[in-house]
Amino acid sequence: MIELNGICKQFRVARRGAGLSRAVRAFVRRDHQVIHALTDVTFAIPDGQMVGYIGPNGAGKSTTIKVMCGVLTPDSGTCVIDGRVPWLERVAHVQHIGAVFGQRSQLWWDVPVGDSMELIRDIYRVDKADFRARLSELTELLQLGDLLATPARSLSLGQRMRCELAASLLHAPRILFLDEPTIGLDAVSKLAVRGFIKRLNQERGTTVLLTTHDMQDIEALAQRILLIGKGRILLDGGMADLKAHAGTGKTLTFTYAGDSAPLPGHGMTVREQTAGRLTVAVDTDTLNVSQAITQISAQVEVTDIEMASVSAEEMVASLYQAYQI
Amino acid sequence: MRLYFSYFSMHMKSQMQYKGNFVMLFVGQFLVAFAAVISIAFLFARFNQVDGFTFSEVLLCYAVMLMAFTLAETFGRGFDRFPVMIGNGEFDRALVRPRGLIFQVLVSQMDLTRLGRVVQALLVFAYALPTSGVAWTPDKVLTLALMVICGALLFFALFVVYAALSFFTLEGLEFMNILTDGGREFGSYPFSIYGNDILRFLTYVIPLALVQFYPLLYLTGRSTSPLHMFTPVISLLFLFPAYGLWRFGLRKYKSTGS
Repeated sequence: MIELNGICKQFRVARRGAGLSRAVRAFVRRDHQVIHALTDVTFAIPDGQMVGYIGPNGAGKSTTIKVMCGVLTPDSGTCVIDGRVPWLERVAHVQHIGAVFGQRSQLWWDVPVGDSMELIRDIYRVDKADFRARLSELTELLQLGDLLATPARSLSLGQRMRCELAASLLHAPRILFLDEPTIGLDAVSKLAVRGFIKRLNQERGTTVLLTTHDMQDIEALAQRILLIGKGRILLDGGMADLKAHAGTGKTLTFTYAGDSAPLPGHGMTVREQTAGRLTVAVDTDTLNVSQAITQISAQVEVTDIEMASVSAEEMVASLYQAYQI
Repeated sequence: MRLYFSYFSMHMKSQMQYKGNFVMLFVGQFLVAFAAVISIAFLFARFNQVDGFTFSEVLLCYAVMLMAFTLAETFGRGFDRFPVMIGNGEFDRALVRPRGLIFQVLVSQMDLTRLGRVVQALLVFAYALPTSGVAWTPDKVLTLALMVICGALLFFALFVVYAALSFFTLEGLEFMNILTDGGREFGSYPFSIYGNDILRFLTYVIPLALVQFYPLLYLTGRSTSPLHMFTPVISLLFLFPAYGLWRFGLRKYKSTGS
């Protein structure tokens, strides 16, 4: 159980203008700018839930995760995870959580991955028999096979991420924080990582909180979505809530003959317009698709129509726009 | 302790990956330290004494400081590299591991090539011990051991101070090298030769003289006061402010994260 209540965090950042004169002035007197990294962040995640934590860069995702990992102490507010306050009982707390930071490795660069795993076993004081059982299970699920004998420096990004996941699960944490686990991965690796996370959550009941910029991750994994912007939680709900806020709708692309461009009426927004081609977003609340098609084909001779749903990607983009973050 | 050896073997494996590199660094470390011995020898070829100390006495002094520094550096090098750890986020990783932080920084880096210097310090000892004219009675052996052990701990404390300061700024920390590397270099000679002000500074502020000059007086028979025999132990008081500074820096880090 993760409970955050009214977490606030401010950073003071020294600000300095460009140019020599400003640099000299900054040397004498620093201007400080207060950044509200987190403002009144409140949410609770029950055991076994899988939550997608989204928001643009710099919104406060990593800061929240750092607070929950015990790396950062917030200015105010409470955070209790499985009955412990992370920054007060750091050692006891981190024994029960796992963390993967997509951009940073915990594997030893020059040493075979298997040796890194052994070291992690020692760090977390994992029983030898447990360790062997878990590692062989993880090896099978993540298809680590002969990767264990390879030094981390010779792994591809996808292989490395699979090893990172295994490395952070050796102590069977009840909660797993994933900070951009699929960043930079190819399609196959992404699917493998997603599949694994899903199984982990379903079979072991591990609570998972993942941040990502990849909406397919969210669609595939998250039972619940937290949207953060400028340090505030803006939306807390399922995919359906996200759709409701972002506005559903369809995209229609018409290919038509003739030179005169059609004029889309109420309920349609032009997305792209070139000679002989028009893409519009249809707001299905005010106009249904067949009405839209009728309207356009009344004006020009339509030769082809393509239709697509608004992707999660676009939904989030429009959400960011709607909340001005 | 078991975990320490696990880390140790990891570092071994890492460094053995680059065999040629390892051997060359090992030999290099060994040779670099010899340059210092030779410079002392040249100096004494012209002058018989420095501030009343003979060649073998100075050599003894040098061997102690070299040994103390090398031990501290070989095992506490993680602190030397600590600004890097903060910069690349490795320290955040340490914070999510269920182990002590000082321990984790300590084991984050072990430079085994530095053992080349240990070998060299041992050689200097082998030469200086019999020729120094010191009668090696048990109390003198104890004094020597205290000098080396407390000296190593003191250098280690200086590394901790260095690391703690990098919680506040990552720039301009080179001045700390005056105390660490500089302490070793200047420590080749008894600190008294640098004058009273320096000696006082190294007695009361950064107590390097407590592990070098005063016990050396006892070793060479210039003083018979048991106080001089045990001054190295007193120097360990420096560990407290060093640890305090570390805690203070850590608190600040955890509240700013940068």
